[in-house]
Amino acid sequence: MATQTQETQDVQAHGDGHGHHERLQHHFLSLDQQFGSAKLGMWLFLVTELLLFSGMFVAFAVYLQWYPEAFAVGAEALDWRMGLANTIVLLASSLTVALSIHFIQKGNTKAMITSLSATLGLAVVFLVIKYFEYTDKFANGIFPGEAFNPTGSYAFLDVPNAVQYFSIYYVMTGIHAVHVIVGMGLFAWLIYRALRNHFSPEWYTPVELGGLYWHFVDLIWIFLFPLLYLI
Amino acid sequence: MSSATATHDGGSASAAGSSEAPNYLNHQKTIRSWLLTLDHKRIGVLYAVTLATVFLIAGLLAIAVRLELFMPGETIMSNDAYNQTFTMHGIMMVFLFIVPSIPAILGNFVLPMQLGAKDVAFPRLNLASWYVYMIGGALVVTALLVGSVDTGWTFYTPYSSSGSMSVLYMTLAIFIAGFSSIFTGINFIVTIHKMRAPGLTWNRLPLFVWGLYATSIVMVLATPVIGITMILLFLERLLQIGIFDPALGGDPILFQHFFWFYSHPAVYIMILPAFGIISELMTAFSRQRIFGYKAIALSSVAIALLGFLVWGHHMFVSGQSAISGIVFSLITYLIGIPSGIKIFNWVATMYKGSVWLQTPMLYALSFLFLFTIGGLTGIMVGVLAVDVHLHDTYYVVGHFHYVMMGGTVIALLGGMHYWWPKITGKMYNETLGKIGAILIFIGFNATFFPQLILGARGMPRRYATYVEEFTFLHQVSTISSLVLAAGLFLVLGYMVHSLFWGEKATSNPWGAATLEWTMATSPPDPHNFTRTPIVTRGPYDFHLADEVFGPRHVGDGAGDGATSEPALPRETEST
Amino acid sequence: MGNSNGTVWLPEGASTVASEIDWLFYFVTWTSLAIMLLVVGGLIYLAYTYRRRSADDAPQPIKESKLLEISWVVIPTILVLLVFTWGFQGYLKLTVAPPNAYEIQATAFSWGWSFDYPNGASSNNLHVPVDRPVKVNMSSEDVLHSLFIPAFRVKQDVLPDRYSSVWFEATREGEYHLFCSEYCGTQHAEMIATVHVHSQTDFNEWLADAAMDEDIPLPELGERLFGQQGCQQCHSIDGTSGIGPTMQGLYMNDRLLQSGETVTADENYLRQMIIEPTAQVVEGYPAGVMPSYARLSEREINALVAYIKELE
Ligand code: HEA
Ligand code: HEA
Ligand code: HEC
Ligand code: CUA
Ligand SMILES: [Cu+2]
Repeated sequence: MATQTQETQDVQAHGDGHGHHERLQHHFLSLDQQFGSAKLGMWLFLVTELLLFSGMFVAFAVYLQWYPEAFAVGAEALDWRMGLANTIVLLASSLTVALSIHFIQKGNTKAMITSLSATLGLAVVFLVIKYFEYTDKFANGIFPGEAFNPTGSYAFLDVPNAVQYFSIYYVMTGIHAVHVIVGMGLFAWLIYRALRNHFSPEWYTPVELGGLYWHFVDLIWIFLFPLLYLI
Repeated sequence: MSSATATHDGGSASAAGSSEAPNYLNHQKTIRSWLLTLDHKRIGVLYAVTLATVFLIAGLLAIAVRLELFMPGETIMSNDAYNQTFTMHGIMMVFLFIVPSIPAILGNFVLPMQLGAKDVAFPRLNLASWYVYMIGGALVVTALLVGSVDTGWTFYTPYSSSGSMSVLYMTLAIFIAGFSSIFTGINFIVTIHKMRAPGLTWNRLPLFVWGLYATSIVMVLATPVIGITMILLFLERLLQIGIFDPALGGDPILFQHFFWFYSHPAVYIMILPAFGIISELMTAFSRQRIFGYKAIALSSVAIALLGFLVWGHHMFVSGQSAISGIVFSLITYLIGIPSGIKIFNWVATMYKGSVWLQTPMLYALSFLFLFTIGGLTGIMVGVLAVDVHLHDTYYVVGHFHYVMMGGTVIALLGGMHYWWPKITGKMYNETLGKIGAILIFIGFNATFFPQLILGARGMPRRYATYVEEFTFLHQVSTISSLVLAAGLFLVLGYMVHSLFWGEKATSNPWGAATLEWTMATSPPDPHNFTRTPIVTRGPYDFHLADEVFGPRHVGDGAGDGATSEPALPRETEST
Repeated sequence: MGNSNGTVWLPEGASTVASEIDWLFYFVTWTSLAIMLLVVGGLIYLAYTYRRRSADDAPQPIKESKLLEISWVVIPTILVLLVFTWGFQGYLKLTVAPPNAYEIQATAFSWGWSFDYPNGASSNNLHVPVDRPVKVNMSSEDVLHSLFIPAFRVKQDVLPDRYSSVWFEATREGEYHLFCSEYCGTQHAEMIATVHVHSQTDFNEWLADAAMDEDIPLPELGERLFGQQGCQQCHSIDGTSGIGPTMQGLYMNDRLLQSGETVTADENYLRQMIIEPTAQVVEGYPAGVMPSYARLSEREINALVAYIKELE
């Protein structure tokens, strides 16, 4: 279906890179195309993530309807202050990530590294708080599944089907925490690359995509917090 | 150049020969260069080899199933062995073979070429998808070796959450293999959106591309749901978290909703790319513009989207409410309409064409026959009152083999024959090809049509043994399955033979008009095209394809790829 | 069995709903055949008429016919709406049991059925009167099962911890297959029972007979239960070893257990085996295969023990 050729796009020209940006991969025609592709790819990935979590939200909704009392008791056992603290931590980290993109657009690599490090730090804070929440529960026999055996100050959880609540709680927050850990790895890698001056106002795709991912992780938590702690 | 009289098998040797330009197969030769390749064509070949192996194993398991059913009572294996055999057959065929099959083999190879691109958008992700797939496959093998999975491919709880621990490996395997689907889906959508050659508008996309596009949408939207389902099932089995097990307060029906929410759309993951292949074959071998291009392209997308709303038709007797049954049934029928549009359009494509009955076309015609039976039996099991009788009988087994084996696998075989010269640079033996296609067609019908009757007469599925009155039809089915197997082995045989001894293929042996044929050598250059194509006409405008048939249609491109090598476009007046 | 005739496709119907469902089935089959003929006829005709005659064939594109395209959207739509309407009316009929139906309780377990009748009778095969609506309320003891009677064209999944039901009105006396159609493990394929359709008088007689549990001697009741509860599927009474050990000469025999101990098979041992088979597992046989029969009444367990004691 082709009847013409385009000399300027001759593949022979690829490889030696003249006329091309060093970040341009050989199979793209322009940086624009490359960036657009990366961004679309990331959005699609986030769609799959959303569907992964929506499966769990559906399970939550079903059991909330089946066992409203048990779920009310379960929610009571969670400390909403810890949840709120984590919400604030994550919101703050979303801000720092947004800032890092702002800085690199302005060409301020140093400020970008600082805000990326801040994001990384906030992610650690989030996990530390989560750690205290989990260990407090574990210490009192609140495990997912068979091992569920509430004691001590949580003895009031010894009602039928409270275990469902905590199974779902652990699965949802657990998978969310895995996403936070992946995000931390991502930021560590971005900082490493930034330190080696890989990014510039012309090209900072990975930072932008990392930011998108992190906003998503944040968004999921915004849904998890009221559902699990407040309802 | 002058081969209007040339015979088609093997193409005329005259055009071949000449200088050995480097191609994607021979420019690097080490194993390492294959295992670390980022070239979409090589990744397609890696998948082809892997998936053919999986199909062989899963097919042999099917033959074992058939042999056991040759007689009532124990024929060659115990109940437990039988249950594990059909389970492995189902799991391997569905999750490891047919879901990736067409997109991963032919999609990978052909899609960027039909788009006039040098590669898919994310070559590294593409290679990763193969490795992820291999890890999933390794876990399935582990599950097979360490224990026994006998849950059926549907993993219904509480049976699956209370049985053997090897279910853990299997759920993990499917979770991981899911990523391979997701990667492929994302890659294809982005590639189609962003990597089209100049002039290749949405209205000029080959229909195979449309089919892959619709498939990718389903892959991206549905696969995560099977992912979370498998995680939850994994935890249920490991920790007894009580989400799906009724004894612990969970809901087994919820599991079925989760499972089918993926697995129904998954059947369209399997069939939509097959539709794409059939569109290519019907036009190329009728040398006629496809009838109703827009209708075919958009009906694929319609099927993909409607496919998300019908999962409940697998659960008419599971205890879901009557209302949901009715709604699911209604939407199920609606899918018949876009499917019908396709079938009728394909048939109409031959009208005033020039129909050339080469092996790929024989597969395309078989497909029309078999898929129509498969689809109409699908409508039958969608009829609420009738499905109550037919559910979980061999009628359903017959239905889904007609659509999966008779639909997708036949289309895959047709596509493999069609693109074989492009992929390998060799022609297969046309006579054996025709014999194989006919053998498979006959063997297939004689294997699975009796199963439709068996089911309607009340033979339940997943039965290691059965009551006497079903013996005759089972025996017909078993014997015919051996004919089917013989046909497939014949195909495998002459395909392998052609790799070493086949005649050299020309760049366009069928006189097709899409970019991979008109603009690239066989096998293609490592970068696909030596020049980026500019597209000025639709994919099936044979009457405008002067670069294939010569100007003023005195065509010399009689199906022997009579254009020069590579098929460089002539100087013609521009758009 | 009475259901091996019928038409090519369907076994002979034996319930009130069967004729309606068969009618629908055949309507869809014949319509499908018509569509098939259209497609295959068109395909062969076109492929032959426009076969390639010369390698130089240069067909010109044709104009698409709007009328044709509209007709193959509209006609199938009408057809499916028609079938949908009939299909769901039939379905509603299948789901809603008449209020005066005779009720039977069914329990499915791996791998067998147990049916309980209002007068206290219980059986392994299903007995129903002819020409009278019967509603079977079902639940499962373990995994999913499904009750399927092809001759009646009915099927319904049986769930643990939940009730489901199925109803039918048999129209012909005779014996019909009852299959388990939801996969449930090793002996899914053998979880088959027979439906006996009796005339109302025969049914009453059978019912009275079956309810005589109270009066019949223990070993005789035990023998009946041994068949009804599916023990004979795994245990022979003639000395051959099946899935489980034979019952012949078991009583007061020394049994070697997997734990290494040896115990004497006295009454307590037999009782224990029936109620909690995993507590002591016999050497050479798999654990966890035999289901627990703790749900049986005290008298029924005694009856089984009494019966096994007699198998010299
Ligand atoms: C490639 C895979 C594939 C495809 C494409 C389909 C396509 C369809 N399937 Fe199938 N199906 C399966 C794979 C597939 N299926 C599998 C694997 C199972 C069993 C799973 C298990 O339990 O293990 C299954 C089970 C299954 C069931 C559940 C049965 C049961 O368990 O009781 C139902 C019920 O509605 C159904 C319906 C349909 C319908 C309506 C279509 C439609 O898309 C078909 C549409 C096509 C046509 C209708 C033909 C062409 C149209 C015309 C020629 C026009 C004229 C048409 C009309 C007038 C309607 N399928
Ligand atoms: C892609 C899907 C697919 C394919 C292709 C097949 C192919 C076949 N299937 Fe299967 N089948 C399923 C998917 C599939 N099946 C599923 C999902 C189930 C349900 C499982 C469950 O209930 O859980 C099932 C169940 C199933 C049953 C029912 C078991 C039961 O309910 O008890 C039976 C019985 O006859 C059967 C038979 C066959 C046969 C004879 C083939 C034959 O067509 C196979 C022929 C193939 C070969 C003999 C191998 C030859 C291959 C080569 C030589 C490789 C060379 C490669 C190339 C030519 C490229 N299958
Ligand atoms: C699904 C198969 C199965 C069914 C049904 C079954 N059993 Fe068993 N039974 C076994 C197996 C296997 C063993 C040996 C393993 C063990 O000890 O658990 C066994 C062991 C026994 C023993 C001990 C035998 C010995 O040799 O010491 C007795 C007694 C027994 N069963 C009685 C019964 C009775 C009574 C029933 C019916 C009410 C029944 N079984 C139903 C499988 C079954
Ligand atoms: Cu019970 Cu199958
Ligand atoms: Cu479906």
